[in-house]
Amino acid sequence: MYLYETEEDVREMLEAIGVASVEDLFAQIPPAVRLERPLEIPGPLGELELQRHMRTLADTNVSPSSVPCFLGAGAYDHFIPEVVNHVASRSEFYTSYTPYQPEVSQGNLQATFEYQTLICQLTGMDVSNASLYEGGSATAEAVLMTMSQTRRYGRVVLLRSVHPEYRQIVATYVRGLKARCVEVGWGESGAADPERVAAELDDQTACLVVQHPNFFGGLEEVEALAEVAHARGVQVVHIFDPISLGILRRPGEWGADLAVAEGQVLGTPLQYGGPYLGILACRERFLRRLPGRLSGQTVDRRGRRCWVLTLQTREQHIRREKATSNICTNQGLFALRAAVYLSLMGPSGLQEVARQCVQKTAYARESITAEGRYELLFAGPTFKEFAVRDRQGDVRGALEQAREEGILAGLPLESWYPELADGMLVAVTEKRTRAEIDRWAAALHR
Amino acid sequence: MRNRQATQLIFELSRPGRRAVRLPECDVPEQPLEELVPSRHLAGEPPPLPEVTEPEVVRHFTNLSTLNMSVDTHFYPLGSCTMKYNPKRNEAMASLPGIVDLHPYQPDETAQGMLALLFALQEMLAEISGLPAVSLQPAAGAHGELTALMVAAAHFRNRGEERPRVLVPDSAHGTNPASAKMAGMQAITVRSTSDGFVDLEDLEEKLDERVAVFMMTNPNTLGRFDGQIVRIAELVHERGGLIYLDGANMNAILGKTRPGDFGADMMHFNPHKTFSGPHGGGGPGAGPICVTRELDPYLPRPIVRSDGERYWLEHSSERSIGRVRSFFGNVGVLVRAYCYILSYGGEGLRRVAEHAVLNANYLLSRVKHFLPVPQGDRCMHEFVASATPLKQQKGLKQPAMDVAKRLLDFGFHAPTVYFPLTVPEAMMIEPTETESRETLDAFAQTLFRITDEPAELLREAPHTTWISRPDEVRAARQPVLKWEPTRDATGDAQR
Repeated sequence: MYLYETEEDVREMLEAIGVASVEDLFAQIPPAVRLERPLEIPGPLGELELQRHMRTLADTNVSPSSVPCFLGAGAYDHFIPEVVNHVASRSEFYTSYTPYQPEVSQGNLQATFEYQTLICQLTGMDVSNASLYEGGSATAEAVLMTMSQTRRYGRVVLLRSVHPEYRQIVATYVRGLKARCVEVGWGESGAADPERVAAELDDQTACLVVQHPNFFGGLEEVEALAEVAHARGVQVVHIFDPISLGILRRPGEWGADLAVAEGQVLGTPLQYGGPYLGILACRERFLRRLPGRLSGQTVDRRGRRCWVLTLQTREQHIRREKATSNICTNQGLFALRAAVYLSLMGPSGLQEVARQCVQKTAYARESITAEGRYELLFAGPTFKEFAVRDRQGDVRGALEQAREEGILAGLPLESWYPELADGMLVAVTEKRTRAEIDRWAAALHR
Repeated sequence: MRNRQATQLIFELSRPGRRAVRLPECDVPEQPLEELVPSRHLAGEPPPLPEVTEPEVVRHFTNLSTLNMSVDTHFYPLGSCTMKYNPKRNEAMASLPGIVDLHPYQPDETAQGMLALLFALQEMLAEISGLPAVSLQPAAGAHGELTALMVAAAHFRNRGEERPRVLVPDSAHGTNPASAKMAGMQAITVRSTSDGFVDLEDLEEKLDERVAVFMMTNPNTLGRFDGQIVRIAELVHERGGLIYLDGANMNAILGKTRPGDFGADMMHFNPHKTFSGPHGGGGPGAGPICVTRELDPYLPRPIVRSDGERYWLEHSSERSIGRVRSFFGNVGVLVRAYCYILSYGGEGLRRVAEHAVLNANYLLSRVKHFLPVPQGDRCMHEFVASATPLKQQKGLKQPAMDVAKRLLDFGFHAPTVYFPLTVPEAMMIEPTETESRETLDAFAQTLFRITDEPAELLREAPHTTWISRPDEVRAARQPVLKWEPTRDATGDAQR
């Protein structure tokens, strides 16, 4: 299929090597551990059979391209301009690898440099790396950076309104380092109370992790939080939604020390959870602790402007156990998608996407609460997501009903937040139409 | 063909007021923004992104793409990275509606096709590895290493054993010791013999009750299968440790031998290497791990389970280490791996390994006549040649680098150079099974020709590429990591 296996070729190659059979080449493997039977794996399938098989599998799924999707919680159904797919399907991008040879990788290196710049423009931060795996592990990497920067290894404080999976990831990552993760709940409006947060910060606390807009779509009092954190030498890790920065103040403006995000919203399809894009940007002083690749500008021997992988002494392939992280492969192709997406959107496009998210979310919030069965869990302002409580206590039944009507209507909150047992989380992107929102609200009321 | 006019950054193309995307009018009744979002949260201006049109964006990025070498355009024998052909059908299958657009939190009942696929992939990886318990969650090989070390740590914690150490051969990938450190463990280096095999004496000496895991790459980074593996496994297991197999080199042994059968307790796959996922200019990869049944409870969740009819995500296990990334995993990469494995079937995968090894040995048989290969004249899927003789012959300071750069002039991507660290002036060459004999011959001939060329030609190579020998010292000493309007002038002046 993808092999060159004419008998003549094989015979001549074996002759050149000086062995009688291909099997002889495997003599290095002790007979005792050889596999003496074929692998029990289905196939082979020709291309046509593979297409049939895959289409059958795909058709068994309910596809958010054909039903309205109100699911969010960190992965969102945003519009992706076709140019993003077009550029990312250029073979020269997607079948190349890490630019170890800058002379034949200027395309990747310049695109990465542009990505880094775009992320700095977006966030108002000083430096961005070339990408990490996704938002959750990027958050964990940011937390580790604050620990080594502050030399405070005792404690990490996270708002309970941070994505539950991100909190689990941070806990998993810092466990080996014996640090304690402490969670602080929300106040009346849904936003954390800076005074309550302040009470949890001590001189062993490396960082405060804030998601804004938070897991429920709500806005946190970030400036006040940054103030109480900085007063105690605690670094602020801000988990942001890149789309929200079309209208919200940038983390660089209100004092975040590190800004991380799930970059899926910037032109990457949902793909059942990955691969996505981990965005990590920081203040200049964290540069030497930044994990992952960096593309830097320089000149070549003829004086021409060009780009190379730089500051590699932070990285595992040079520093081994002294590296800032073990990361090697990153998400280059999705950083490229994000760069193309942000270039296409520009300031006015991104602002418009964000504005429509807010307007449509507000409309959906009012529609669903109009009749009295559902009430908002949190009264505070929200961006593109909100949480409601079913006064009848039948969230699962309502969602099931909506699904039968062909709508992915929301996410029950109970498994993540037992205290919000009757709650569900709803996301409304710019892609949802008024008709879809009306159908959705009606379906949840049957 | 390269457009020599297209040398600007996207930011330098920006003109106020230009735009590429227009959304449909907002069709819900709009309210003043300040009533929905308190003004203290609102930015005065949107972020200062570039303002460009759609045709400009397309031409800009398309021209950038022509500055890359890639598998689809060039032979790319980058050792350790398995740069094999990326089947186009797999790209199409991973982009099918119903696959590419599924939301990670859709109810299991609405994703039965996807869960069936992922369940089947778990079973396939268990069969290929000989290790029955699988987590598809890790996002890359290094992430798989870290996850497995956390699994090992949890296992020993559960048994009340204090084992803070991880042993790593000096020829290992840099990710191994870096992962150990991130897992809160201490990496101790084990020596290799001059043949590139584990120095058993050194291993025995360092192997005590403080050692949790011995991390091993087999076939190793020198492209040799370490036949002492059975003995090594005995030693490690006798002292209560676990063996981790870095699966970067699985392409050499698919269907020939299985890590679980030669003593590994844990391993990761690199589906972007072994199972042909495209490398994406630096990623995405994926790093699924396979472990023994005993270690299953510690794996991150969710894992796909089935009763033969329905499929569901198992979300919790009391002893699980937790999570290492959000959502399920790098599903897009896993879908491609599934398509690849199915396309070959069990027998076909064995042929993949055979042809990978055949191609590497054939190339080795051509190259060894003019460049020494310290580890002898047999290899698995890759081999490491040394450019050291050119130091004396030509007075070159960094001959491996110079040869690598000169190869670019002839339209070949360079091998991995200066790795592994145990071979001076290392050139690690991995042809993969998807290259023809003619390509291998042409590469060997070119390499030979280069070793015969005058030193000046090599020292200043490449001569035909858009740029040559960028000043890396300057890049590191005066880091310029983003474009800024004020820097435009100096950047421009150099074009």
